[in-house]
Amino acid sequence: MQREMTGAEMVLQALKDNGVEHVFGYPGGAVLPIYDELIQQDAIQHILVRHEQGAGHAAEGYARSTGKAGIALVTSGPGATNMVTALTDAMLDSIPMVCITGQVPTNLVGSDAFQECDTVGITRPCTKHNWLVKDVDDLPRILHEAFYVAQSGRPGPVVVDIPKDVQFATGTYEGPQANPSNHKSYRPQLKGDMTAIRAAVELMSKAKRPVFYTGGGVINSGAAASQLLRELVDQTGFPITSTLMGLGAYPASGDQWLGMLGMHGTYEANMAMHDCDLMICIGARFDDRITGRLDAFSPNSTKIHVDIDPSSINKIVHVDLPIVGDVAHVLEDMVRIWRASSFRSQPELKGWQTQIAKWRARDCLSYRHSDDVIMPQYALQRLNAAIKGRKDVYISTEVGQHQMWAAQYLGFESPNHWLTSGGFGTMGYGLPAAIGAQVAHPDGLCINVAGDASILMNIQEMSTAVQHGLAPKTFILNNSYMGMVRQWQQLLHGNRLSHSYTESLPDFVKLAEAYGGKGIRVTKPGELDDAIQEMIETPGPVLFDCCVAQLTNCFPMIPSGKAHNEMLLPDEATDEAVANAIDTAGKSLV
Amino acid sequence: MNAQKTDALSAYFLAETSDVLETHTLSIIVDNEPGVLARVIGLYSGRGYNIDSLSVSETEHEKHVSRITIVTTGTPQIIEQIRHQLDRLVPVHIVRDLTVAARNSNQEKPLERELALIKVRGEGEKRLEALRLSEAFRATVIDATIDHFVFEITGRTNKIDQFIEILTPLGLVEVSRTGVAALSRGSQGLKDLQDEI
Repeated sequence: MQREMTGAEMVLQALKDNGVEHVFGYPGGAVLPIYDELIQQDAIQHILVRHEQGAGHAAEGYARSTGKAGIALVTSGPGATNMVTALTDAMLDSIPMVCITGQVPTNLVGSDAFQECDTVGITRPCTKHNWLVKDVDDLPRILHEAFYVAQSGRPGPVVVDIPKDVQFATGTYEGPQANPSNHKSYRPQLKGDMTAIRAAVELMSKAKRPVFYTGGGVINSGAAASQLLRELVDQTGFPITSTLMGLGAYPASGDQWLGMLGMHGTYEANMAMHDCDLMICIGARFDDRITGRLDAFSPNSTKIHVDIDPSSINKIVHVDLPIVGDVAHVLEDMVRIWRASSFRSQPELKGWQTQIAKWRARDCLSYRHSDDVIMPQYALQRLNAAIKGRKDVYISTEVGQHQMWAAQYLGFESPNHWLTSGGFGTMGYGLPAAIGAQVAHPDGLCINVAGDASILMNIQEMSTAVQHGLAPKTFILNNSYMGMVRQWQQLLHGNRLSHSYTESLPDFVKLAEAYGGKGIRVTKPGELDDAIQEMIETPGPVLFDCCVAQLTNCFPMIPSGKAHNEMLLPDEATDEAVANAIDTAGKSLV
Repeated sequence: MNAQKTDALSAYFLAETSDVLETHTLSIIVDNEPGVLARVIGLYSGRGYNIDSLSVSETEHEKHVSRITIVTTGTPQIIEQIRHQLDRLVPVHIVRDLTVAARNSNQEKPLERELALIKVRGEGEKRLEALRLSEAFRATVIDATIDHFVFEITGRTNKIDQFIEILTPLGLVEVSRTGVAALSRGSQGLKDLQDEI
């Protein structure tokens, strides 16, 4: 299709041609022509946020819960710089996002014009790629390329910076290329090397103490990848653990599930990682929160690493058998070869499972219940009981203790239902992400598990939810502290709680009402179930102020500088053990 | 295999490797578009890699393609990382480690040349000595008055270093160097080079 139109019309047309239905944005001088087009059409719905960062995280929540790219539209200068946190967040977690920014007219670029900043310069390190469009005739090609780059290979955020005069200028629009994978320089490798895959399957058939270590790459690879992973786990009978980002790819109710691994992972998952003889890493990247002390990381295992990004291979941990390729493609080959060669797992696997059962029996997520005070873990267990069995629940989180507890105590049965800021750890992510998920799934139940500190970082998005008739529920584990900061101060800094207590928190019930939502406060464990039910049944957005025990620590934990087999378990974590958990050298860094 | 002991204890555990530092020459073919050099350099500074020398120019005008030559120092693992990180950039067509490619075909080094312009001021015996040395180094005089010379010299980096060092006591004023340009030996083009370690 070829048609004459303005740059602003091209933006709308390109969005439609790339299957976009929703845009999260905030208008301003340099994007007014695009906004003028937006209001004259119905195909694309615009969700007006209250802060550009909110638009970015909402687009991320939308992307994570659908697998499609999330779209953000903001103005130049502060509009663009407010997006930087969300872009970096999407970069670290490989989330497809297309961000369109307005720019001052081309003849003013570089003149320190009003609301000018070097958007492509600022966002270069926090995007997969970005473009400054100087000629309206380049605009359609760049917009289509932006969608392709954001969504293919290892997904990520892209920015298209469009000066205002380019939005007004008239040019020729062309539709997306039939075959975008024919890109001149960007060609992600999808299919894995067959020799390497065969070698991997053979290693698996010989393993006595194997473990699958999976990550967000499985989710990003699409629903088929999760299905194939489940098949491979069933066929082999190998135990499986996952990173924070990969939760839901394998169901928490599955027989082989070990729980999450890493700093706040389960005892059984971390011990299995430490003692395994074969580690099959699929779509994960050996992050420092996963490995703990590197020189003691799984010292006796052969390591297989499947990743679509060659730069992930051997970046942190040297692996024996790298396979570069898309997870779904590689898993398909693995499953097929395992079946065709009628491989069987080793009989020693039984002993390994027995060992794992012993570790599991350690019950590392136990905690002391109280009848008077709500324990945060208990609150999440009750929340989990209330949503169990429902397939339409999307959980987002902010960042901190509540995030780790949510990962530990909520069971995820399917991919794309868990939206959390993993790599970047962005407080303020959860509410806009829940809004994004709610836009994509209007009939779904979107719950943001939050902390009292994190929620205040993007609380203004309550107003967005009310305006657009969206009903995200924010479940605040309110302990009046930045809980994770306080926990680290206790562990690392002699319990000197420097500025981690919030003296004057708002009244969250009144705050919810001020925004036009509903507020619910609970202080007693016995009131939880009814209140959670009330939250779920409320048609609009809710702030659920769950007042929990203030000084609870998040366990189990691999303290700084320790290995997987040196975890601090809740029943061993006396005040003294906590105070001495990290030695002097470990205190120098986080 | 990850056992690289250090005393630093932290969740941000960065193993000090005992690997020796190596200097490698990388050739990178990129689209000649605005900001492409900033992407390459930003990657180096952002990830803490070293640039010893950098040269860049458009090499195929019709295709709008430039060639960047970077000499970089790091452990073999870091250099492999750099290669993959560069390859990840969208406008990068090809990245090849010429040093590894040379090694793989039993050569000592790829072909590497640098050009330098060197200004020397002096009179009498010192001036004559500078001229004599320039002949020994096969440098050419491209500008001169009775009290100065500008030499042009091409060669390996260490040859130029040497020449400059010798000229220093003879009235060296200033130096301008291009950085290294490099090609592999033999008939193969960049695309066909085997640079897997």
